[in-house]
Amino acid sequence: MESIGVLMACPMNTYLEQELERRFNLFKFWTVSDKTQFLKAQQNNIRAVVGNATAGADAELIDALPKLEIVSSFSVGLDKVDMVKCKEKGVRVTNTPDVLTDDVADLAIGLMLAVLRRLCESDRYVRSGKWKKGDYKLTTKVRFTGKTVGIIGLGRIGMAVAKRAEAFSCPINYYSRTEKPNLKYKYYPSVVELASNCHILVVACPLTEETRHIINREVIDALGPKGVLINIGRGPHVDERELVSALVEGRLGGAGLDVFENEPHVPEELFGLENVVLMPHVGSGTVETRKTMADLVLGNLEAHFLNKPLLTPVV
Amino acid sequence: MEIHEEHRDHQSQHLPRVLVIKPPPPLTLFGDKFISRSFQLLKAYESSLSLEQFLISHAHSIEAILCSGDSPVTLDILRLLPKLRLVVTASAGVNHIHMPECRRRGIAVANAGSIFSDDAADAAVGLLIDVWRKISSADRFLRQGLWSKIGDYPLGSKLGGKRVGIVGLGNIGLQVAKRLQAFGCNVLYNSRSKKPVPYAFYSNVCELAANSDALIICCALTDQTRRMINREVMLALGKEGIIVNVGRGAVIDENEMVRCLVRGEIAGAGLDVFENEPYVPKELLELDNVVLQPHRAVFTSECFVDLCELAVGNLEALFSNQPLLSPVTAE
Repeated sequence: MESIGVLMACPMNTYLEQELERRFNLFKFWTVSDKTQFLKAQQNNIRAVVGNATAGADAELIDALPKLEIVSSFSVGLDKVDMVKCKEKGVRVTNTPDVLTDDVADLAIGLMLAVLRRLCESDRYVRSGKWKKGDYKLTTKVRFTGKTVGIIGLGRIGMAVAKRAEAFSCPINYYSRTEKPNLKYKYYPSVVELASNCHILVVACPLTEETRHIINREVIDALGPKGVLINIGRGPHVDERELVSALVEGRLGGAGLDVFENEPHVPEELFGLENVVLMPHVGSGTVETRKTMADLVLGNLEAHFLNKPLLTPVV
Repeated sequence: MEIHEEHRDHQSQHLPRVLVIKPPPPLTLFGDKFISRSFQLLKAYESSLSLEQFLISHAHSIEAILCSGDSPVTLDILRLLPKLRLVVTASAGVNHIHMPECRRRGIAVANAGSIFSDDAADAAVGLLIDVWRKISSADRFLRQGLWSKIGDYPLGSKLGGKRVGIVGLGNIGLQVAKRLQAFGCNVLYNSRSKKPVPYAFYSNVCELAANSDALIICCALTDQTRRMINREVMLALGKEGIIVNVGRGAVIDENEMVRCLVRGEIAGAGLDVFENEPYVPKELLELDNVVLQPHRAVFTSECFVDLCELAVGNLEALFSNQPLLSPVTAE
């Protein structure tokens, strides 16, 4: 398979890169200075694209690669892949579902605890030497146990978040495109209503045209000055400007954010706030899970080129 | 008007006194919850007298003490209070109270019961996730603007499938175990005695460490548990292992732990407590793989309100000859 051209959209994982290099004819898109020229030159060689949450295969790229057969994404979210175009052209698409569900859900709970219990702020307080000096600002944190958690999107990740939150005796409410039968969780038919009926709101749905800016001013107002937003979805789920001003002005109680509209750019106003916790898009960022994801990408590519059934096809 | 005031003063003069040497944090924040018809607080910290003088002058009226971890009830203090019947502490631990003397004189002790369990367990799990997933250190990285400059942050460690050894399966340990199961962790434990729980029991903390990826210290500080987490235990835990402590700093040999962390003999730690608070070994302040908290695992407003109500409830029970709500029984 060493002659098969695979285009890797951006750096994402050293092991994956090394394996792709070993098994295929790997092109690293980010090392190319003139991308248009490059695509013209290589258009008959490239039969696969490997993308992730940062860069995938948009319409322009797909059109530039007439021999493209498969897009294998190192992510579960496919918002960076033009699915309509792929279906139209018969290009297969695979992602990495299930293997990262637990890690993302774990991080969601970690962010809730870090925000409510001010873990990062307290760590800064100790490191600064203020505790030793007796600069003892006696403020209390907010208890996590028993707080109502509202989940937007009750797919694999949403359900995993619910299961964990239940262990902390948190009542679970949710919003989903349709109500799910036989669930002990309470359904709300709109995000605003959900936000009005929970303490902590978690974004766990896919990013689509419908869900872009699903967290807007109205939702933020409904969540309120004691409410906490946790985003483990995609940056564009949230109207970031509205979020920042709400946090700065105290209209929203706090936020735990793993994703941003313009990664790796993070609004600097957030750096001065004690009621936010900021992470560099590491929902699936564990050694174990990234390796499993990489193996799944490699497995899908090999299956495709050996004419075997794909492991985790979406189309 | 004056007659009513005199009458009220006269009445309160007959109320039993509850000594407070140093106000526990819940009292500082929620003082209004300590107003009761059954007793009156006697605030030694508001007096210009020395503590000894104060105690001597009020000894005849002090029937109870309200304290917490940073306000020890020593043998000397107990000896100055012949009428003392109850010590109420706004803490789970009682290592700051001279228990043998209390037992000898039949002075009851009431603590925070299981009020702390949820908040302490939440803090323990929070610290575990923070260390394994590098939450505080990644947050630091972002706030320094390094994500744009340097790029990706180092990967963390998955929780699912990890073996977590709980040291001390009391109220707090049990709540930690319940939470960890939802994350797919395998829960093991060491405790003074085996419990009717579905977790694997290890009678020896070293063996527990050898079979764990993380240790969570939830036990009380006693003569048996002091420095129980020593070099041998830490080496058994190993290079990939992490320690979370929401018990008492002195359960761990702190100098040894610092050495192990600096040398990479264990992988990281989440610490809410230290041997010599508020002093934290300076080497820890430089490490990225530790998360440090100023002994506030239970400092939530909800917990403080609950603590106030429990403390008042215990005091009112004493003065109306009812059973205490959260007595510490000899074990």
